Amino acid sequence: MSHDHDHNHDHDHDRTFQPDHPEPTSEAARVGLALRELLLEAGHYTRAEEAAMISRMQGASPDNGARLVARAWTDPAFKARLLDNGSDAITELGFDLRPAEFTVMENDDQEHNVIVCTLCSCYPRALLGMSPSWYKSRSYRSRLVREPRTVLAEFGVELSDDVHVRVHDSTAELRYMVLPQQPAGTEDWSEDRLRALVTRDSLIGTQRTLTATDTDADGAPFP
Amino acid sequence: MSHAEPTSTQARFQAGQRVRIHDRHPGVHHRVPRYVKGHEGVVERVCGLHGQPERFVRGDGLPATRLYRVCIPQSQLWPDYQGQACDTLEVEVFEHWLEPA
Amino acid sequence: MSQTNDPHDVGGLEAGPVERGEHDTAWWEWQVDAMVRLALGKGLISDFAELRDGIEHLTPADYEDLSYYERWAKSLAYTLVDKGVVTRDALEQKMREIAERQAQSS
Repeated sequence: MSHDHDHNHDHDHDRTFQPDHPEPTSEAARVGLALRELLLEAGHYTRAEEAAMISRMQGASPDNGARLVARAWTDPAFKARLLDNGSDAITELGFDLRPAEFTVMENDDQEHNVIVCTLCSCYPRALLGMSPSWYKSRSYRSRLVREPRTVLAEFGVELSDDVHVRVHDSTAELRYMVLPQQPAGTEDWSEDRLRALVTRDSLIGTQRTLTATDTDADGAPFP
Repeated sequence: MSHAEPTSTQARFQAGQRVRIHDRHPGVHHRVPRYVKGHEGVVERVCGLHGQPERFVRGDGLPATRLYRVCIPQSQLWPDYQGQACDTLEVEVFEHWLEPA
Repeated sequence: MSQTNDPHDVGGLEAGPVERGEHDTAWWEWQVDAMVRLALGKGLISDFAELRDGIEHLTPADYEDLSYYERWAKSLAYTLVDKGVVTRDALEQKMREIAERQAQSS
């Protein structure tokens, strides 16, 4: 859960949302819908505020994190700032997670980083979008801290014995992103082209190797 | 939403220092997972000042308290650890949950 | 504050393989997500710590059985009833209305 409190309400308040799912019938979901109606009726927030909030949340995607990675790969000074103080560095690209401390962990030949939140499911939503179901699953949260190499192997990440595996349990006010290794042979690529190579899972650390497929620079990075 | 601006409050621990995480079970909301309680580690870095999770429940989180990242060898957490000796687990712990080791 | 159950504190426990399926976020889940963030923004809850505290007060059975946003919904309701923002009676009345609406429209 990112503590993103920026109240940017410059959205189109008239935008209507078409529910594409039927209303839920579970008792717990009805608790949520009932509470929502009571809070709206009491004026604690408005439908326009709700629409703006949902629109903002739906606008966040791993492409934001990919932009940070591509910038770090092409600009060593930015990379140094990102690793030193992620919270400040990302404001250069218009992102802000404060008061949470945004923390970037760099993979290299000797080190592999992977993120988990065992106590709930903390995740830098503003930079990575909605977290995948497995990130919130009991199994990932239970096992990653105890048998990281086995879990990573299930994700297809094979690590040699001399690679230092660092598991980061996001327990308090830090939010993490992994800086994956730049694929060989892409040194002269543009930032946009590099951005399209970066996957969500590589930003969490459940993917280690990115592939330098020569995609259209304008192609959608997250099909 | 308190959020405690960083002040000049001196950090009690420094990066590289050995610390032990308290083995306490306060029975209220807190953010120290059971599996690290009682374990020793090394301060990986000193973080900022933040409200205490325990004090945010029906409260304002104050006083803002120093947060640290603590690095613990996996082989120490899990006697049957199947990975490599170099593997580590890193976790954020507030100052009031730490003591010198 | 009553004792928490700690059903959330799962690091290191035995568990099966990680299920890799992905699912789209349902509309009511976006509404619950927005409700929690707006409740925080409007000061109805002090911090995400209060949401997490509510989740930790779920019964272990509820914690295991409920989906992610179902936990959020029950936690925020528990918290806002406890803080007197809404009453349990009003919540139950509204739930009956919603159930009736859903029955009529199906």
